Amino acid sequence: MTDKNLRFARLLVLVNCAVPAVLLGWDAWHHQLGANPVNFAILTTGLLALIFLMLTLAVTPLRKLSGWNWIIFARRTLGLYAFFYASLHFLIFFCFDRSFSVSSTLSEMVKRQYLIYGSIGLFVMVPLAVTSTNAMIKRLGGKRWRALHRLAYVAGIAGVIHYYMQTKKDVRQPLVFMAILALLLVYRLVEYWGQRKPAQAAAMPVKPKTGA
Amino acid sequence: MKTPDKISPGEVTPPSVYLNRRKFLEAGILAASAVATGLVYRQLNHPGAGKVRTAKLANLTPAATGTDGTNAPNGFHADEPATSFENITHYNNFYEFSTDKEAVASAAANFDTKGWQVSVEGLVQKPKVFGIDELLKLSPPEERIYRMRCVEGWSMVIPWAGFSLSKLLEAVQPLDTAKYVAFETLLDTSRMPGQRDNVLNWPYVEGLRLDEAMHPLTLLASGIYGNALPPQDGAPIRLVVPWKYGFKGIKSIVKIKLVAAQPRTTWNEAAPNEYGFYANVNPEVDHPRWSQATEQRIGASGRRPTLPFNGYADQVEHLYADMDLRKNF
Repeated sequence: MTDKNLRFARLLVLVNCAVPAVLLGWDAWHHQLGANPVNFAILTTGLLALIFLMLTLAVTPLRKLSGWNWIIFARRTLGLYAFFYASLHFLIFFCFDRSFSVSSTLSEMVKRQYLIYGSIGLFVMVPLAVTSTNAMIKRLGGKRWRALHRLAYVAGIAGVIHYYMQTKKDVRQPLVFMAILALLLVYRLVEYWGQRKPAQAAAMPVKPKTGA
Repeated sequence: MKTPDKISPGEVTPPSVYLNRRKFLEAGILAASAVATGLVYRQLNHPGAGKVRTAKLANLTPAATGTDGTNAPNGFHADEPATSFENITHYNNFYEFSTDKEAVASAAANFDTKGWQVSVEGLVQKPKVFGIDELLKLSPPEERIYRMRCVEGWSMVIPWAGFSLSKLLEAVQPLDTAKYVAFETLLDTSRMPGQRDNVLNWPYVEGLRLDEAMHPLTLLASGIYGNALPPQDGAPIRLVVPWKYGFKGIKSIVKIKLVAAQPRTTWNEAAPNEYGFYANVNPEVDHPRWSQATEQRIGASGRRPTLPFNGYADQVEHLYADMDLRKNF
C-alpha cells in the first residue's frame, strides 16, 4: 500500500467509527431515543465499546491469517474508539442516570457486581489510551508496550462479563460477544504454544548420535 | 509497422487535475462509506416508534379524584402527569413477542384476538368459559390512573380502563377452600413468536393471594387512554396490580383458576432469588443485581425515589401486617 492510500484508509476508519456517535447525538438532540433515552444511550454506547474492543482485538489475528500486514494501521484508531465509547458510556451513566452525584455513582460502582466489572474494563483501558502514541511506544520499548497492551484482553473479558451480568434474562447477545472473545483468546493461545514449541526444541541440546 | 502515436505534452493529465480526481474519488468513497455505516447503525439500533390504533371504549367512567382534587383516597386516580400513549405502547416487556422492549410493538402489531375466551375455573361454585365480549360486559369500564413500577427500575403513570377483578371472582363464587388465584397467558407459538425461544418457561403464569385478588385496586384491564388495549400492552385482557412490580401484571389472559396452594409463577421459577411470589414494590429491598431505591419515570428526566408499595401503602399495607417483607419479597 502506498503512503497516500494508507493515509486515506486511516481517514476512512476515523470517520466511519465516529458515525454512530454522531447519529446518537443527532437522535438525542431531536428526542428520537425512544421512551427511555438515558437507558437507550447507555446501552448503545456500551455495545459500541464492546464492538470496537472486539474489532481492535481482531486486527492482529486477521493480519497474521490473511497476510495483509498493512491493516495494522487500523488497530490504534479502533482501540481509541473503544475507549471513547466506553468513556461516553460511563459519562452518560454519571450525568443522566446518577444526576452528577459522585457519591451515588461511587456507591453503586462498588455495590453492584456488574458495575465492578464494568469499572475494571474502563480503568484498564486508561493506560492503553495514554500509551497509544508512537512516542510512548518508543519510550516503553516494543516488548514492554506489547505486554502492557495485553490488558486489552482484560478489558474485553471484564466488559463482556459486565454486559452478561446486567442482562435480565435474554443473554443471547452477551453470549455472542463471549463466543467472539473466546475465539480471539483461543487463537492467541494456539499461536503462543505454536511459537513456544519450536523455540523449546531449538533450545534443547542435540543428543549426540550413538552410532553403531 | 505502425509506430505508436506520440503523446503530445498537451495530452498528459496535468498533476493538478489528477490530484483533483483523486480527491473527488476519495470524498465520494468517504461519504458513501459513512452513509453505509449510518444505515447499518440505524438497522441494528433503533428505538421503538410508530402508529397504534385501537377501538374507542364505549361508556367509560372517568376516574374520580379525591375531594381536594389530588390523589383519590382509594388510589384509583394518581394525580401525576400520565405517560404518553406513544411511550406506553412502545416500551413493553412482553417476551411472548420480543425480549426487546422497543421491538414488542411491531412484533405484536398483527396479533389477532378474535374469538378470545377466558376460562374461569378451579375452586368455584360456577366455573365458566367466558367469551371476551361477555366477560367485558360483567361491569362497565372505569378509568383508573395508576403508577406502574417495573422491576427493572423504570416507571410510568397509565390511564387504564377496566374493572376490579373482584367483580369477576364474585360472579363465579369462590369456594371456602380457595386461597389463591392462578393466571395463565395464551400459549400459541404461531401468534406469539417469542414463545419459540426458551427464554422463559411458557406459558407465562402468575398468581395472587385471594385477598390481594379481591382488593378493589386489583384491575382486570381492557384498555388504555379510553381505547381498547393494543396487543403490546396485553390485549384483549390483562391484570394490573399497581402496588406490585409490573411483571405481576400478566397479559393476554386465557385462564384464571382458583386454587388452595400458592401457585407457581414464571419469573419466580426463572430466578427464585431475584423475583419473589409477592413482588411488592419495596425501595428497601434491592434486586440482587441492582438497587430498587429509585426509578426512572418514563418521559421525565432524572431518577425519583421509589415509594413503598408504589405509593399505595395506605390502601394495601394491612394485607401484609405480620409478614417479613424482606423474606417475602
